[in-house]
Amino acid sequence: MKGFLTLARAMFLGWRRDRAALFFTLLFPLIFLLIFGSLFKSGNAPKAKVILIGAVPMIEQAPAAVQDRINDVLKITKVDDLDSALAKVKNGDDAAAIEQRGNQLVVHFSRSDATASGAVFAAVNSIVEGANLAATGQPARFQVDAQQVEDKSLKPIQFMTPGILGYAIALGATFGAAATLVTWRQKKILRRLTLSPVRVQSVITARVVVAMGIALIQMALFLAVALTPYFGLKLSRYWWMAIPLILSATLAFLSIGLLAGAKAKSMEAASAIANLITIPMAFLSGSFFPIENTPGWIQALAKVFPLRHLNVGMLDVMVRGKGPLSVLPQIGILLGFTVVLSAIAARLFRWDDV
Amino acid sequence: MPPSIVVTDIRKWYGETHAVDGVSFEVEAGEFFGILGPNGAGKTTTLEIIEGLRKADAGRVSLLGLSPWPRNPRLLPRIGVQLQASSFFERLTAREQIRTFAALYGVPPAKADEMLEVVALEDKADTRTEKLSGGQVQRLSIACALVHGPEVVFLDEPTAALDPQARRNLWDLLRDINAQGRTVVLTTHYMDEAELLCDRVAIMDAGKILQLGPPASLVRGLEAPTRIGIETGLLSIEEAKQVFPDADVEDDGVSLTMSTRNPAVVLSTLADRNALRGLSVRGATLEDVFLTLTGREYRA
Repeated sequence: MKGFLTLARAMFLGWRRDRAALFFTLLFPLIFLLIFGSLFKSGNAPKAKVILIGAVPMIEQAPAAVQDRINDVLKITKVDDLDSALAKVKNGDDAAAIEQRGNQLVVHFSRSDATASGAVFAAVNSIVEGANLAATGQPARFQVDAQQVEDKSLKPIQFMTPGILGYAIALGATFGAAATLVTWRQKKILRRLTLSPVRVQSVITARVVVAMGIALIQMALFLAVALTPYFGLKLSRYWWMAIPLILSATLAFLSIGLLAGAKAKSMEAASAIANLITIPMAFLSGSFFPIENTPGWIQALAKVFPLRHLNVGMLDVMVRGKGPLSVLPQIGILLGFTVVLSAIAARLFRWDDV
Repeated sequence: MPPSIVVTDIRKWYGETHAVDGVSFEVEAGEFFGILGPNGAGKTTTLEIIEGLRKADAGRVSLLGLSPWPRNPRLLPRIGVQLQASSFFERLTAREQIRTFAALYGVPPAKADEMLEVVALEDKADTRTEKLSGGQVQRLSIACALVHGPEVVFLDEPTAALDPQARRNLWDLLRDINAQGRTVVLTTHYMDEAELLCDRVAIMDAGKILQLGPPASLVRGLEAPTRIGIETGLLSIEEAKQVFPDADVEDDGVSLTMSTRNPAVVLSTLADRNALRGLSVRGATLEDVFLTLTGREYRA
C-alpha cells in the first residue's frame, strides 16, 4: 500500500509538470470543444439568403404568422434592379431572387446550393398555397404541428461534450501508457523498481489509478466548461453512470497504449503510433460528428474501437436520459477489450531495448 | 564472517554470444571489489545476475547467503543498486526522487534528506533531476541506492562520462561508503579507478575473468620494469648506458628514461650524482597487466 501510494504520487507529479501532456490531455481537446461549441451554438440550420426584386406584395403583405415563419428560414434583402439580383445569385452570395409578376411568383435560383434553394422553394410554396387557400375563403381543414423528439433545449453541445471528452480520454490514456512504458524502459526505472521491495502489482495499480484520476480530471474540466451558461449543457438524471464507464474505457485505452509502447523504441515512435490509433478511432467513433448517417460498413467498423462504445454509453446516460443500467453492456465490452489487449501487450512486453 | 557474495561458474548466452562464460569469485564482507574490463566484457551482465535482475543460464549465486533469483523480497532491502542508466522518475526534484525511493523502502523523509547532505546535494534539493550535471546525477543515483542502509552496494560504472574533478569527488564518496563497513561491488572500465579504490579486482574480457587479486599484487606479478625519468642533460645517453648496463635508456629531448628491474640501485646512483632534477618513477599499471594477459592494448 505504501509503495503504491508513493509511486502514484511520483507519477502524478510527473504528469502535472509535463507541459506537453497537460496540453494534449486537457487544453487541446478543450479547444476543440470551445471551437465546435461556439460554431454550432444555435443548433439551427443556417438561413437561406433571398433577394426580393422590386415590390413583392405576396410576401411583404402576408399575414404576421406567415411572416414569422418565413423569417425563421429566410434572410431577406431588397433590391430594385433585376440584373444585379441575378448576378448575386449567380456568384453564390444569395440562394435565390424572387420577383412578382401579377399573380405569379418567379424564383430565380442557382443549382450550386441545392439545400438552400430547396429551403427557398419550400417556403415560397407554402406562401403560395396559403394565399390560394385564403383566396377560397375556406378555413384550413388540415394542419401540421412539427414536434422535436428531444427536449426542446437539446443543442449540439449535448452531443459534442461526450464525444470530445471521449477523444480526450482516449488520447490521454493511450499516450500516457505508451510514453510511460517507453521512458521507463529507456531509463531502466522498471528494472530499478524490481530491485526495491515494492511489489509489481503496486507499480501497475499505481499507473492505472493515476490514469483513471487523469480521466476524471478531464471529465470534471469538460463538464465545468460545458455547463457554463454560455454553452448551456444540460445533464440528464443518471449522468454519473458515465464515471464507471469512463474508468473502464481508461483501462481499455491504457492497454492500447501498452501495446503501442511494447513495440516502440523511442518516445517519438510511441507518440506517432498512439496518434495513428487515436485520431482515426476518434473520427470513426463519432467523437467529432455523428456517424449514424454514414455507410453501414463504417458503423460496423466503428464497433472495433473501444472509443465508439464509450461515446455511445456517455450519450445514453449523460444526455439521452437513459437509465443507469443501460451502460452495463458498454462497460462489459470495454473490460473485454482490456483483457484481450493487455494479454497481447504482456506477450510483447520487453524489459530492454535490445 | 561469511562472504557477502559467492559466485560459482555462472554463464549467460545471448544466441551465439557468450556474454558471461564461466565466472566464479567470492566477495568478503566489507570488501571493496572491482570488476574491470573494456566495454562488452560482460561486467554489467555479471553484476545483473548477482543482483537478481537476470537469470543465469548456468551456475549459482549466493548473495548474503540467499539466492537472488527468483526475486527475493527479503533480500532486496539488504542490497543497494545503482544501474548504469540514471533511473529516475521524470520531472521530480532531487529531494522528491530520494524521498520516493526512501518511501519504497519504508525509510522516513528525514533520513532521505540526510542522505542528500551526505552526497553534498542539499543546495540542489529543489532542482529537477533533468537539470543536474553528470556528477550530480551520479551522486544522487548513489544516494538513492544507499538511502535504506544496504549491506551490499552495487555500482555499475558510476564514474563513466564524468569530468576528472567530478570523478575524484565521487571516489571520496565511494571510499566513505566502504569505510562505513558496507561491501561495495563496482564495475569500471577505468584502470586507475580500480587501482585506487578496490581491495581486489577481477579483470574481465570476453565473458571470462582473466585474473583476480589486489591491484598491487597483480601489477607486481608482472615483474614489469620500473620507468625512471630525469630531466634531459643531467646525464648523457652514453653515460647512462655505461652506469646502468641492465637498463634500457631513451632520451626524447625532454626526459631521459631508464627502464629497469632494479630501481633501488638506479635511484641511489642518481642521488649520489645529484642528478634527480625532474625525477619521475612509474611502475607498471593494471593497463600493463591487461596488455600482458590479452596481448592487446587496453581500450575502454
